[in-house]
Amino acid sequence: MSTTSTMSRRQFIKTSALAGGGLLLACHLCAGRRDAAAGGDTVFAPNAFLRVGTDGSVTVIVNKSEMGQGVYTSLPMLVAEELCCDWQRVRFQASPVAPEYNHTQFGPIMVTGGSSSVRSEWNRLSLAGAAAREMLISVAAQQWRIDPAACRAEKGVVHGPADRQLSFGKLAARAAKLPLPKEVRLKSGATVLLGRPLHRLDSPAKINGTALFGIDVHVPGLLTAVIERPPVFGGTVKNFDAAKALAVAGVKQVVTVDAGVAVVADGFWPAVQGREQLEIVWEEGAGAGVSTHAMREEYARLAATPGLVARRDGDAQAVLAKAARRFEVEYEVPYLAHAPMEPLNCFVDLKKDSCLIRTGSQFQTVDRNAAARVAGLKPEQVSLETTFLGGGFGRRACPGSDFVIEAVQVAKQVGQPVKVIRTRTDDMRAGYYRPMWYDRVTACLDKHGLPLAWQLRIVGQSIIAGTPFEAAMIKDGIDGTSVEGAATTPYAIPNLQVELHSPKNQVPVLWWRSVGHSHTAFVMESFLDELAHAVGQDPYQYRRRLLAKHPRTLKVLETAAKKAGWGRPLPSGHGRGIAVHESFGSFVAQVAELSVDSTGHIKVHRVVCAVDCGRIVNPDTIKAQMESGIVFGLSAALYGAITLKAGRVQQGNFDDYPLVRMSAMPQVEVHIIASNEPPGGVGEPGVPPIAPAVANALFAASGARLRSLPMTAEKITTARKKG
Amino acid sequence: MIAFTVNGTEQQVEVSPDTPLLWVLRERLGLAGSKFGCGEGLCGACTVHIDGVPQRSCITPVGDVQGKQVLTIEGIPENHPVKKAWLAQEVSQCGYCQPGQIMSAVALLARKPKPSDDDIDRAMSGNLCRCGTYGRIRRAIHVASGHVARKGGPKP
Ligand code: FES
Ligand code: FES
Repeated sequence: MSTTSTMSRRQFIKTSALAGGGLLLACHLCAGRRDAAAGGDTVFAPNAFLRVGTDGSVTVIVNKSEMGQGVYTSLPMLVAEELCCDWQRVRFQASPVAPEYNHTQFGPIMVTGGSSSVRSEWNRLSLAGAAAREMLISVAAQQWRIDPAACRAEKGVVHGPADRQLSFGKLAARAAKLPLPKEVRLKSGATVLLGRPLHRLDSPAKINGTALFGIDVHVPGLLTAVIERPPVFGGTVKNFDAAKALAVAGVKQVVTVDAGVAVVADGFWPAVQGREQLEIVWEEGAGAGVSTHAMREEYARLAATPGLVARRDGDAQAVLAKAARRFEVEYEVPYLAHAPMEPLNCFVDLKKDSCLIRTGSQFQTVDRNAAARVAGLKPEQVSLETTFLGGGFGRRACPGSDFVIEAVQVAKQVGQPVKVIRTRTDDMRAGYYRPMWYDRVTACLDKHGLPLAWQLRIVGQSIIAGTPFEAAMIKDGIDGTSVEGAATTPYAIPNLQVELHSPKNQVPVLWWRSVGHSHTAFVMESFLDELAHAVGQDPYQYRRRLLAKHPRTLKVLETAAKKAGWGRPLPSGHGRGIAVHESFGSFVAQVAELSVDSTGHIKVHRVVCAVDCGRIVNPDTIKAQMESGIVFGLSAALYGAITLKAGRVQQGNFDDYPLVRMSAMPQVEVHIIASNEPPGGVGEPGVPPIAPAVANALFAASGARLRSLPMTAEKITTARKKG
Repeated sequence: MIAFTVNGTEQQVEVSPDTPLLWVLRERLGLAGSKFGCGEGLCGACTVHIDGVPQRSCITPVGDVQGKQVLTIEGIPENHPVKKAWLAQEVSQCGYCQPGQIMSAVALLARKPKPSDDDIDRAMSGNLCRCGTYGRIRRAIHVASGHVARKGGPKP
């Protein structure tokens, strides 16, 4: 999904250049549909995205999933800014699945991903707010028999000459009778809400236990199911005996689904107890032969052979062949689980001619259509209600709709509302991981010590191959998400070649917060650091020399370095590392400061982050997302690895798949660059730089260069011994 | 029949005593604020107080709370300083871990009204947050305690 970031930027420029001066824009918004999420006392529903009540309340209908990134606040801010309503009266409501809520750029589907929500909705929601404001002003002007141009709206009130005032609530009923404007004028002048650190609208519900997540959905007569899955990917049920499971009190039914054998009970606990009593013989198939150890050897062999060329500037091969001194190393990163705090789950109430699904989805249209297919219904007969998501990170945008399909398959056999819940271990072992990557990188330097040629061979599974997005997103055999961040490097390298091998295997893979960048930033930024050190240059200054043509990248780099006190002395045993990376239309640099003890344990003390994400909606959300990305990336850098042996995933819970905890939390500082550039994403771009920043700091602190994640104490100790 | 008090209200449930308290709260008593994150005492999402002590309800058999006082997120008053600090510091992201975080923080402050950073590390390290809100949690705890943060997260 990230490949469309350039497109979105261009589109934005086209329209936002007009928008700046309060110019007229054509308004193509569909009229509001009464059936589409209209609230009870709302009277004025000028389009699909907002409702104004007679009490003056404003409900913004949000077509993006709230998974922590703050869209239930940032998107309402875009509407409210143009509507000129009272922010205190703004509420949010999750949109249903309907064409008017489809993504503006990713095709005819409702989806949240690619750090695209603000970027892709900015124009549409601004228009939605502006159109409603103009209609409310027209009604007031009619009533006062004056020119609408003599009126203005502010904080939910239309003001006319001579102190005349009418509130939005009073105007709503009559505004509803007006035809929709064909053209709309956006506001000019200073913003009222945008750029201010407004409090999140969803916070109160999230601290008192009332926020409803998919796992919390409850209705009378609800049954709960858990699924026993094959021990290896691609395995199937040969035969099973459910007698003992059915004997467990509370267990109602045992049914088979594509994913395995489901135990349906009157609660989670009896379902789990029943599952333990199942006796299943599995047909394991080819998946039983998968091991990450063997896979790594195969990847290493592939890395020694030419791959498909994803980017070619100059002639890296020829230059490298003639080089007196070559640098050649290999980098590797493991499979990673998304591990959202809320394990995957899905509620289904299936009737003869309708189906209600309530779940935390990032991929509503795809999931709804999959449910319809499985249920034998038309898509319109299936309604999917989006709850809060207890974390998404890409896992809840699954082209295979795995957690929805299995729930509908259970529901078909149960005849009662049912919720399928995955335990943490189910969630961690049932697949869809960030791919494992193995890269070989070779470079030589010019007489100034700067890279003259750079050849990178990337080896790893495509997350797009085999999905419906293959035709659109794989070009000439190259999955853009596999090479993003490497093939798009801003560094001035005259001879650059990026190659790709996309081996296939049984392990299911998926986008994981920051997608390809999660691995390419580690390789590019670590290796650049190695080259700088190899020629005795400061790694920060080295980067600066290569970024002269990239002012935004340069600016975040310089800001992070300056704020972190780059070059200032540190206590002995401490080291600083720097990294910078562009992703999803935003630029982020980070400086990590850490120490490492004699047993090889890293303590990251401080991370200084600078971000340029273009125009700002809510600065506090930007900070929060940078903080969040840093912690997410740090968990991967220090601890995260999913490994397989004889086809079996070795990890199953937070004891063997650890995450950063409070005691390991560094002090994080975020600096936002003031910018009038088109908006970039913020949910993902904070992730990529942290692993290389930490690896580079580790080198500075200890002389140990780790080219393999996670940076475990064992690897650090070995690297130190090698010197 | 197992009898205990939840948020000041007497409850009686007819359920196998080995059922974890978490699922009794969530499925029988309609108190879904306590969350399921790991089921093995590793993440703290299910944290409640039992007779004033923070416990992982996912590994607490309901039979063990017979006659005891259970406090859940739903029983923390709206004007509690911890909740106010959580809002002021804008801690929540996805929000899923926050009920558990708040229960741990409330217990910490009840025991230690002015906790140090080390106290916070010790009391809060059993609560995972995949969204990485730790810096703000630390700051919010200091704010709730009336202390000025020393190494807290950034201020909104
Ligand atoms: S759910 Fe109880 S500690 Fe994780
Ligand atoms: S706020 Fe999402 S897990 Fe903590």
